[in-house]
Amino acid sequence: MEPFILAFFGLGYLVLGGADIGVGMLLPYLGRSPRERREVIAAIAPFFLGNEVWLVATVGVLAGLFPIVEGELLSGNYVAVVALLGSWILRDMALWLRGRVPGRGWQLLWDGVLVAGSWGLAVSLGLVLAGTVLDMPLLAGLVIALIFALHGLAFASLRLSGTLRRRAGALLGGTGEWPAYALTASAIAVIAVVSGLHLDLSTAGSMITPVILAIIPFLVAAQAWVWWTFRGRVTGPSYL
Amino acid sequence: METVELARLQFAVTAGAHFLFVALTLGLATLVAITQTRATLSNSPVHTRMVRFWGQLYIINYAMGIVTGIVMEFQFGLSWSGLTHFAGDVFGASLALETLVAFFVESTFLGLWIFGWGRLNRWAHLALIWVVTLTAYASAFWIMISNSFLQNPVGYEQSGDRLELTDFGALINEGALTAFGHVMSAGLVVGTFFMAGVSAWHLRRGTHEQEFFRKSLRLGLGLSLPAVFLAISFGGVSFDFLQPTKIAAWAGDQERLSEAQAQMAAQLGPGDYLPPAGAVQGAGMAMVILAIVMFIVSAIGVILMSFRGAVRRSRVLHWMLMLAIPIPFLTTIAGWLFRELGRQPWAVFGLLRTEDAVSHVTQGQMLTSLIVFSTLFGLLMLVNYWLLARTARRDPSDVALGSDKPIETPAPALTY
Repeated sequence: MEPFILAFFGLGYLVLGGADIGVGMLLPYLGRSPRERREVIAAIAPFFLGNEVWLVATVGVLAGLFPIVEGELLSGNYVAVVALLGSWILRDMALWLRGRVPGRGWQLLWDGVLVAGSWGLAVSLGLVLAGTVLDMPLLAGLVIALIFALHGLAFASLRLSGTLRRRAGALLGGTGEWPAYALTASAIAVIAVVSGLHLDLSTAGSMITPVILAIIPFLVAAQAWVWWTFRGRVTGPSYL
Repeated sequence: METVELARLQFAVTAGAHFLFVALTLGLATLVAITQTRATLSNSPVHTRMVRFWGQLYIINYAMGIVTGIVMEFQFGLSWSGLTHFAGDVFGASLALETLVAFFVESTFLGLWIFGWGRLNRWAHLALIWVVTLTAYASAFWIMISNSFLQNPVGYEQSGDRLELTDFGALINEGALTAFGHVMSAGLVVGTFFMAGVSAWHLRRGTHEQEFFRKSLRLGLGLSLPAVFLAISFGGVSFDFLQPTKIAAWAGDQERLSEAQAQMAAQLGPGDYLPPAGAVQGAGMAMVILAIVMFIVSAIGVILMSFRGAVRRSRVLHWMLMLAIPIPFLTTIAGWLFRELGRQPWAVFGLLRTEDAVSHVTQGQMLTSLIVFSTLFGLLMLVNYWLLARTARRDPSDVALGSDKPIETPAPALTY
């Protein structure tokens, strides 16, 4: 049961969080003016906070159920994990800070940081995922990062409206919005499962497994409330 | 410096930065939840505006708490894989519960609270801030359970080179609960002093928002006194649970230090078992002295507050409260140093030495990550405190949170 719990949270993060990372990567393409940028960011704003908790939960599950794997995975990928954390800090700072001070210079600065942080996050996640399978994960890591970008594009086409929606859809070719999202999400899920199968997830079980299983429905319900509240398309800027 | 020293410094920078942010988060969340309850019950416009003003300061600070907290969580596997290998089955269990039971819900609902402003039923919106506040407490609870295990390991059985969790209930013991109470009330002290001090700044300048800031000052200052009282009481009781080596360092008595050292050596064989006594004593002293200062400030403030017109006019009160804003931050850092330096040389007291807990990574790697994180956290703190001060000084009618007026900057932007 324990490996399934890990997979649940890990896949949850990569599919949900992958979308907001991808949108950040393509911000300069999707949003061409400051107003458009704010609108693009509004597409991910209500979700990114609730998305990144899945990764925190994944590491929490690793710590509680697979502590040895946790140590080996994180310290064994030292450079990629430090890059992941650094990018994460920058991306989140940019999201939180860009709208707090008026002024073009300030917002341009944080837009730049947001794009750089999102790319850094995608590539370092790609490196960690590819690193469990390959000895030289760089190329595979970059390919995975591009899949995150496509996933963000699909998500943006589902969330935005008008010109912005068309702009996101243009790069998806003729694929419909939902099929494109399903396709990129499945690609990410397959990569993550292949990566996870190379971890040694044998375990003697843990006392907290039943607690985690019992709490999962509540976590999903909390998330579902967010998805339901913000199910409509974005038509204007938000708090960020 | 050796890898273990670099790893300790990296952990200290991360935990210290995180603690500065979350202490204020814990306190402000409570104050915002109380204010929003008033606002929802009475429909009073001034309270609704107070929620938005203080809520925005809370969110700015919360965001910084998250990013430092994420690095915190990764630190264990990243640079202390010896600890996760040895004690992960016990220590990891309470950390896992923190992320799942507390943080997951807290962050999900906070997003809903921020972005759902005006979209949700107002009672549902009120319920959200209370869930966010209570899960923040739950988060602090599980973190203190984890920390208390490192201070005083219980509920385990050693098999080979690993610990196994045998009694989960034993982790939730009196020492851990006292530490939790201490941290919770300390967070409230940080938040109440912040609210009172910021309000005093506006009142001293003769703000036209008299009612807004007088109510805020009264709320902050009024709650600061019981908060300081609780923090000191829990802190006093927790001296009963200190390790003998920490107590000896606190007393600064050479005889007791040698006695503690001899006692540990008799149990565990030859070795150096003493923490850096001077630093531990200094940090403990700083904490106690600053706590007394805060008690005096709070008590004088509450007395002055009871005089008619003092909240509006008393320059003594205004200056005292403004100058007092940093004191709770300094006190929490001193208290944290006292607790954690006093645990040395152990990662898990009596079981795993700090030098054996560090990951097998090169000195160059550790130094690089230390520089990366220190630079980012230094930047984070500068930006956060600058932005907090900037936002705190603005007129409450300018607040963006919960407003339908977006900040417009009509100018061209760079694109690919």
